[in-house]
This record gives sequence, C-alpha cells and structure tokens, in this order.
Amino acid sequence: MASNFTLEFEKPVLELEKKIEEMRSLAGTLDIEPQIAELQLKVEELRADIYNNLTRWQRVQIARHPDRPYSSDYFNSTFGNFIELHGDRSFRDDPAIVCGLADLNGESVIVVGHQKGRDTKSNVYRNFGMPNPEGYRKASRMFDLAEKFDKPIICLLDTPGAFPGIEAEDRGQAQAIAANLLKMSRLPVPIIVIVIGEGASGGALGIGIGDRILMLENSWYSVIAPESCSSILWRSWDYKEQAAESLQLTAEDLKANGIIDRIIPEPIGGAHRNTDLMSEILKSVLIEELQELKKIPIKELVRLRREKFAAMGVWETIS
Amino acid sequence: MAWFLRSKKNIEDSQQREMPDGLFTKCPTCDEVIYKRQFEEQLFTCIKCNHHFRIGSEEYIGIIFDENSFTETDTNIRSSDPLNFVDTKPYTERLADAYRRTDSADALTIGYGTIEGREISFGCMNFDFVGGSMGSVVGEKFYRAAKRAISRKTPLVIISTSGGARMQEAIFSLMQMAKTSAVLSELAEAKLPYISIMTDPTTGGVSASFAMLGDVNIGEPKALIAFAGPRVVEQTIRKKLPEGFQRAESVLKNGFLDMIVHRKDLRATISHVLMLLT
Repeated sequence: MASNFTLEFEKPVLELEKKIEEMRSLAGTLDIEPQIAELQLKVEELRADIYNNLTRWQRVQIARHPDRPYSSDYFNSTFGNFIELHGDRSFRDDPAIVCGLADLNGESVIVVGHQKGRDTKSNVYRNFGMPNPEGYRKASRMFDLAEKFDKPIICLLDTPGAFPGIEAEDRGQAQAIAANLLKMSRLPVPIIVIVIGEGASGGALGIGIGDRILMLENSWYSVIAPESCSSILWRSWDYKEQAAESLQLTAEDLKANGIIDRIIPEPIGGAHRNTDLMSEILKSVLIEELQELKKIPIKELVRLRREKFAAMGVWETIS
Repeated sequence: MAWFLRSKKNIEDSQQREMPDGLFTKCPTCDEVIYKRQFEEQLFTCIKCNHHFRIGSEEYIGIIFDENSFTETDTNIRSSDPLNFVDTKPYTERLADAYRRTDSADALTIGYGTIEGREISFGCMNFDFVGGSMGSVVGEKFYRAAKRAISRKTPLVIISTSGGARMQEAIFSLMQMAKTSAVLSELAEAKLPYISIMTDPTTGGVSASFAMLGDVNIGEPKALIAFAGPRVVEQTIRKKLPEGFQRAESVLKNGFLDMIVHRKDLRATISHVLMLLT
C-alpha cells in the first residue's frame, strides 16, 4: 500500500535512513550495530523534531499524504462488522461518500465518511473525494436510518470540497448540503464528527454537524483550501503557505478558537506511519466520547448541539 | 474606533449596486435608457427587458413593508478581526472601507415590520458590503432574526444576495452555515413559516445554508443561484457552460425554487403565501 511518497520536509530523515541502509550493506562481517543504533536514534530525534515544529502548510501536506488512512480504512479497522450501504434512492450511488453500519466496541453505529482513492484509477472513481449532491443525500438517508433505529452517528471528514461541476449544480449541490445542516441540527441521536484529513468548506461541513467535533492532529479544516484562498485574495496561486497561515486551519488553531472539542494525537510522522496504532487511538477516543454523550438525555443533547453552533462567531458590540 | 463614525451614505461610490447616479440610467442587458423617476416607479427594474438591478436592504424594505412599519434592530454589532487576517491588505482596512462606502452595518440588515398588517421578522443582505459575504455578524444577525420570529411567533422572511463566505473570518465564517441552519431547525419545530428570497447573486455558503432552506423558495428573474460560481465551475470542468446555467429560470426547472417573482409582485406574493400558511 505504501507509495514511497516523501514530503519535501521529510527528506533529511529519508537521507539518514538511506545512509543506514548503505552502511548495513557495506558492513559485511563487521559489527557496526552500535553505530547504526546511534544513527537510528538520530533518525527518531530528527523526525520528532520536524513533526514537533510543523508549519501550517506542512500539516496541509500531511493531511493530503497518499498513504494516509481514509474513511473506509477506519471503517474496517477502528470499527467491526462494517457493511457498506449504497445509494441515495433517488438518483445514484456516489462513491465519494462511503457509509453503512458497523459496530464500535460491540455497539452498533451508523458511519458516514468522505472517500478518496489511492491511485489515479480509484481517484477517478471516487472523484478525488469530492461528493456530488447524491453523496449528501445518501448521507441524509443514513441519518434517517440512525433516527429510526436510534443509533449514534460517526462522520469522518476528508474532502477537498464538494464537486463544482455542471451536473452537481443542476442537481442542487447547495440544497443538498443545506438540507443536511438542517437535519443534523435536529437529529435525536448522538453525533460525533472527526476531521481525518482535509476538511474543505461546505463540502466537509455537509456531513459535519455534531455533538463533538474532533480533529486528527495533522488534519485541516477551513472555509477554503489555501490554494484557492491564495488565488482569490492574492490573485495568484503562489501564496498558499501564507494563506494557510492566515486561515489558521490546523487542529491546534481550531481548538484555540473554540471550534473543535478535541485533538486526536497521531503517531510520530503522521497517521500513515503506523495505521494500526492510529486506528486504536481513534477507537479509544470514540468509545470514550460516545460514553460521555450517552449520559446526556437526548433532548438536552440536541439543545446543547444547537447552542454549541449558536455560540460560534466573534463580533463586537458598539455603544 | 473612529471608522464607525462614517458620514452619511455616498451611493455614487458603490458601483456594485448598479444604481443610477444621475437623471437617467442605462440597462446593462438591453441598453434601454431609463429615467430616474420611471426607474424608481419600476422598483429598479428595466421597463423594456425586466432586468432586475441589484439593490440593497433599504430599497427592499421600501418595496415590501407597509409604509413606515419597519424597525431595524441590532445595528450595534460589528465584525471584529478574530484572526488578525491579512491578505494583500488587512481585513480591518477592508471593513473600514466597506463602512465608508456603504450605509450598511454589515452584509445583513435585520428588523421587523408588517406586510399588509401581518408582522414578520425580516432580514435582507447587502451585496455592496464585502460582496454580501457571510461572516460572524451576518450569522449572528440571522440567528437573532430567527429567534425573534420564534419568540414573537411570526414568520421569517429573508432576502439573500451573497458571494459566499467571508474568507477573512476563515473557520468562523464556515461555521455560520451551521449556526444559521441550526436555528432554522428550531423555527421549523415552532411551525413558523420561513420564506427565502434569492436575488442576484446567491452563492456559496449562503446558498448552501439558509437561502436554500425556505419552506417556500422564491427567486428573482435571472438571478444567479449557485453553490460554486460559474467561473469556478468553468475552470474545473474546462467546458463552456450551457446557456442560462445557474440562473433562476433553470434553478426553478431543476426543482430548487418554488417560483420566480418579479419585484413588483414580491410584496403581494409574500403576503399571499403567509396568508395561507399561518
């Protein structure tokens, strides 16, 4: 599965690792284990150093890493007994959103998530994780199921945005997203939302209203992708790093600004470096959060959910 | 905070509003010359081709409310700059500029009044204020207008025009989509009617939240109503867009509007619908 894809800022680590390999192959019968152990330590230190000092743009790059776990990976690891359900019962099945039934530590839940592909072919099939209206309507169908059978909902966000195509517009992209925002605001079941990769704009929010909003450490969530922001506000594609800084789109930023409830730590080097560990971390967080939510009477939970979003925003009152 | 103390309105400066600055104006669609008095009588539409000029909340209030019945509320909240956002110029400068150029307290004006004697809670967006973009102030004012409808048990009527989210408020602006939709779910539970009127243009975060959520959705003739604007769509698919794409007439055909209403029939139509829904 690993694509050997290396991010620019990870190259120093890669070079050290290569050096270790070379030493191993040249050593023959010589005992160089102590030197190698020392270098290995250096690799770990370097990686930790890089990952403890990431810029916002670097985090955006990690969030887009092609080896990063996607929704269906979590559905088949963090969750058990996943069975996918297809179609919006109205137009077609949208492969850019995957959803179905699963269990979380033995309790059945409804899962919904954006889905990207790993290679060109699967990305074309998944439309690069950019849903059409029928994707949001499939999700809406899942929300109805959750209400009917009184099951909690877990949504995983990972999209570069809702698809801006002719057909998507004609089939009501705006209405499909808006309808989900309204429905999720009143659903009488617990909803947990986790940004696992890219949380771009309305396309992400379209399955993103919940009682707990969490983000993986190296994910981003914003009103617009940094490149598009650069193109609109700077009228050039060259200011993406600066746009990422201005937008303050990391998990840390959103936690500091009171938008999200919790940051879920990733293994050093990102979720893709140790997908088993990542899946376990997510599982324990979800179990804990769901336990907490289930203590709250459902009417109260819906009221708190609305209050949570009503409180979002910063303005000043003048006299 | 001296920039709040702007002088009275200076309509000549606000070109986005398409308003005439002299005795006559020219229709941008058919080139018809329209005299100012005639233009006002026509509610800022072209006498020949029905082109609906972009107008602001002040004009809409004059068009739909019973005379002198409207009271504007919540004029005292202002956008702040929570993220110290700077692109080619600081957000605070853009705001100061918008306050100077327009007579609006932000991209949404709210208040209440009567239409043929029936009280409604009301909001109207202003395109000339930072492109009618939705930031925290728009979200909060929308929220207050909806809450007023609930507490006074009146219908809610909103006129939208927006380029989308206010990028300079980043994640806060995105969350206004959630905030406005969430309060509409409360309005729905209270079984109060919500009429959404979409004018040119209604796009992005506004169309993908409260604007599309009306019990009755009304469009103005030829208004651009979209999620992604036509330029973005064209850049993405690299094809020429079909004639009339994303215009109210095709949005109606596609099933996302209940009707298209000429501005001169707007007041009567709102009144008609509310009479039957309340």
